Amino acid sequence: MTPLTGYLLVAALLFSIGLAGALTRRNAILVLIGIELMLNAANLNLIAFWRYGPHPEALTGMMFAIFSIAVAAAEAAVGLGLVIQIHRHAKTTDLDQMNRMKG
Amino acid sequence: MSLVFYILSALTVAGGLAAMLLKNMVHCVLALTVAFAGLALLFLNLDAQFAGFAQILVYIGAVAILVVFAILLTRGSETPQEGIFSRTWQAGLAASAAVFAVLGWAVLHSMSQLPHETAMPDVNVRQIGQSLVGRYVLPLEIVAVLLTVALIGAVIIAMQEKEEPK
Amino acid sequence: MLEAISSTPQLAASPIAEILWLIPAVPIVAAGLSALLKQSSRKLSATLAIGSIGFSLLLSLVAFTHVLNDWMAGVTTREIVNLTWIRSGASNVDLGWVLDPLSAVMLVMVSFVGLLILIYSVGYMKHDENFTRFFCFMSLFAGAMLGVVIANSLLLLFMCWEIVGLTSYLLIGFWYQRPSAAAAAKKAFLTTRIGDVFFLLGIVWLFAQTGTLLFYNNGAGSLESESLSLLLAQPAALGLTAAGAIGLLIFAGAAGKSGQLPLHVWLPDAMEGPTPVSALIHAATMVAAGVYLIARVYPLMQAGALDGGTTTALTVVTWVGAATAVFAALIAVAQNDIKRILAYSTISQLGYMMAGLGLGGVAVGIFHLITHAFFKALLFLGAGSVIHGCHEEQNVRRMGGLKSDMPLTFLTYAIGMLALCGFPLLSGFWSKDGILDAAQHWSVAKAPFYMLIFGALLTAFYMTRQVVYVFFGHWRGGKPALESPVVLTAPLGILAFFAMVLGFIGTPAWPWFRAFLNGGTAELDLNALLEPELLILMSVSTAVVLLGIILAWRLYGDRSTRPTAPDALEKAVPLAWGWLSNKFYVDEFYSATVIAFYAWWARVTDWLDRRVCGGVVTGVAWLFSMGARLNRFLDTNVVDGGFDKGCEELTVGGGLLSRVQNGRVQTYLRILALAVVVLAAILIWSSWT
Repeated sequence: MTPLTGYLLVAALLFSIGLAGALTRRNAILVLIGIELMLNAANLNLIAFWRYGPHPEALTGMMFAIFSIAVAAAEAAVGLGLVIQIHRHAKTTDLDQMNRMKG
Repeated sequence: MSLVFYILSALTVAGGLAAMLLKNMVHCVLALTVAFAGLALLFLNLDAQFAGFAQILVYIGAVAILVVFAILLTRGSETPQEGIFSRTWQAGLAASAAVFAVLGWAVLHSMSQLPHETAMPDVNVRQIGQSLVGRYVLPLEIVAVLLTVALIGAVIIAMQEKEEPK
Repeated sequence: MLEAISSTPQLAASPIAEILWLIPAVPIVAAGLSALLKQSSRKLSATLAIGSIGFSLLLSLVAFTHVLNDWMAGVTTREIVNLTWIRSGASNVDLGWVLDPLSAVMLVMVSFVGLLILIYSVGYMKHDENFTRFFCFMSLFAGAMLGVVIANSLLLLFMCWEIVGLTSYLLIGFWYQRPSAAAAAKKAFLTTRIGDVFFLLGIVWLFAQTGTLLFYNNGAGSLESESLSLLLAQPAALGLTAAGAIGLLIFAGAAGKSGQLPLHVWLPDAMEGPTPVSALIHAATMVAAGVYLIARVYPLMQAGALDGGTTTALTVVTWVGAATAVFAALIAVAQNDIKRILAYSTISQLGYMMAGLGLGGVAVGIFHLITHAFFKALLFLGAGSVIHGCHEEQNVRRMGGLKSDMPLTFLTYAIGMLALCGFPLLSGFWSKDGILDAAQHWSVAKAPFYMLIFGALLTAFYMTRQVVYVFFGHWRGGKPALESPVVLTAPLGILAFFAMVLGFIGTPAWPWFRAFLNGGTAELDLNALLEPELLILMSVSTAVVLLGIILAWRLYGDRSTRPTAPDALEKAVPLAWGWLSNKFYVDEFYSATVIAFYAWWARVTDWLDRRVCGGVVTGVAWLFSMGARLNRFLDTNVVDGGFDKGCEELTVGGGLLSRVQNGRVQTYLRILALAVVVLAAILIWSSWT
């Protein structure tokens, strides 16, 4: 098992854990936390591939990861703003009860 | 596979698990912060110092605080009546298990094709700065716009509605 | 003494021949203009009619003088103007007109008599409210009759013939509100139609055989030697040649128009029309058109005759004419209506004319036609004057003593009556004797001669009877009678004059008429009158006439029987009287056979039309309605129902499908994750194989 493989497995595991939380927890904020975890796992993947891939001097992987961090932060801000607004209207953040968009 | 790697990864995974499994929302956020810290250390282990410090600054310093604020504003610290997991949590678990299976299988199966350890790259901040405004100037500017928009947007979305005189 | 119109050469058309078409055209145009006038513009319509026929008379006189000049120079005129009407490759259909002695004489006669009768009509029809319509129809008739006379094409002749028939129908039924008048008009039209069918067959056959319907066309006409020899060479049924058969068919048409024996039934009924109509159409001109037609196609009728002999066609013409003469004269004896007596007299005289044509040739028959036109018109106009003076009374039994009440009418009427009977030295004497002379020398049989003599006896008898009833004795009617105004008596006087003197153009002493028609010279030779044969004939006919007059005077004269008492002859021979006064039951016979058959046939076709054709139509309609019903059923149940069902299912399916969208984000995310897994699996699997 190369170091890279190890990092990749960890990243995969983190990703799955984040996904599981996002898919199963009731609270909307926890879904967002799960999404943050998934993004972080992806970042780990990127950095691992940067370190163990060809041409690390091109800084491609790190740049990608940095931009990803920036975008994730922005997305977290907007998402949480939405959750707050929804809480104001529905008086709850329980996702099981939010089915007004059903067909 | 050094010992440091195992410890750090164990820490991160534990933090993630805790974040997803704990009942109290604030505990979840704290666990998340631990996971963030673990990841930062992993970045440092991978000689991506700038990324690691950026991780600490942004994620732990901003995102986690943001989530805490959100929890406080939505009274998320109160425990819900019907439990913390959704009614159909099995389906979600199964879906994520399937995903992990596929990912894991892919990684393990392509192990032979993955590159081996290479020499440590010599990276300094000057290089990072130069590439930011050189090669990656466009993504930089776009991210700047994105952040501005996200800032304004988040403010507008979360703003309290003014009472319109009818 | 059979003669033929010698095959005279065709001359180039003189100016009068070029404008000859104006003679019929002007009255027809006047009729058209008159048709547009209101009922109140009487003077204008009368002026148009009289003016147009006066103009035609003028031109006819010019044409006549031209032909006369030619004759005096020794040339027999035949001037043709032909036009092509329908071009159809090899055989065109041509029309044209001809100016020769026959047509010149007829033109003058028709237009002169027509003019006199129209002047008479101004007075006679004064109190009728349809004055304008009358003159319109009369001009139309005059134009068409003049067209018949100058036609050089059998087709043009037939067309004008039909117009003449039409105007006869219109004028007989002039007082159409009277059912008897309407029925009479219909009868006239249908009976002449039967003759016209045969006529048309003859025309078509002639055209098929010779390729032309022109009479004369520089040698290529159907009456010229080339065509005649072609027709003679062609055999038809019953031992006739094509020439004979066509001649007989054309004679059938003439028989209808001229009231010969089987088709005479319409003429007495035609007396329903106003008296001027009876005078012009049913005495002088239209009925003479049939005689004229036979005269015009005489070369065809006579084709194949050996010298001194005759053809089958002419023999038939003679027999039919003679039979008609006797038959009609017998019926005239027992009639009581003043106009009906004259009508039967006309039929009888037409028989004489036809017999004259068959026995003696064109000149003999046409001479009698010309003289008959004048004295018969005179008699009819005189009858009209009598009717007018007796306040519309027409039954001779209710008249009487008019000799003193209406002296002018009596004088002219007597002259006409004597001319008709054939009293010596009047016109009828010379023309009738011409016919009797030809009959005496006929090679086939002597019977027509005796029949015609008997007919002369009867003519004298019934005319005397009529004159005695009307003018002698004392008045048996209602209001006293009055003499007619001068507008009525002046034409009578003119016609009486001609009835007296016209005969002198055809006496054996000076046979000008025959010479004029046939081309030759005529010298005044009084010695010809003293030929023994001729003297015997003249004395025999005079004796017959006097016998007839005396017989009638003995039976009827000065006795003045009451109107309701039986007739003197009826008392004498009641059985014969019954047959005669009922016109030999011919009308009843026709009604029982032909008309009954026709009515039955009409019912059959009506049944066919309603049941069979109507049934077919109803069946088709029923089919369509069934189809429509099926369509509606399909539309409602299959199309609409299917569509509605489909939509329902769609809604149900949509409802089912919409459950996929349960509005819960986590469900969507799960599906998303599974989809990613599936995609990845596909990618992996495809990279394997």
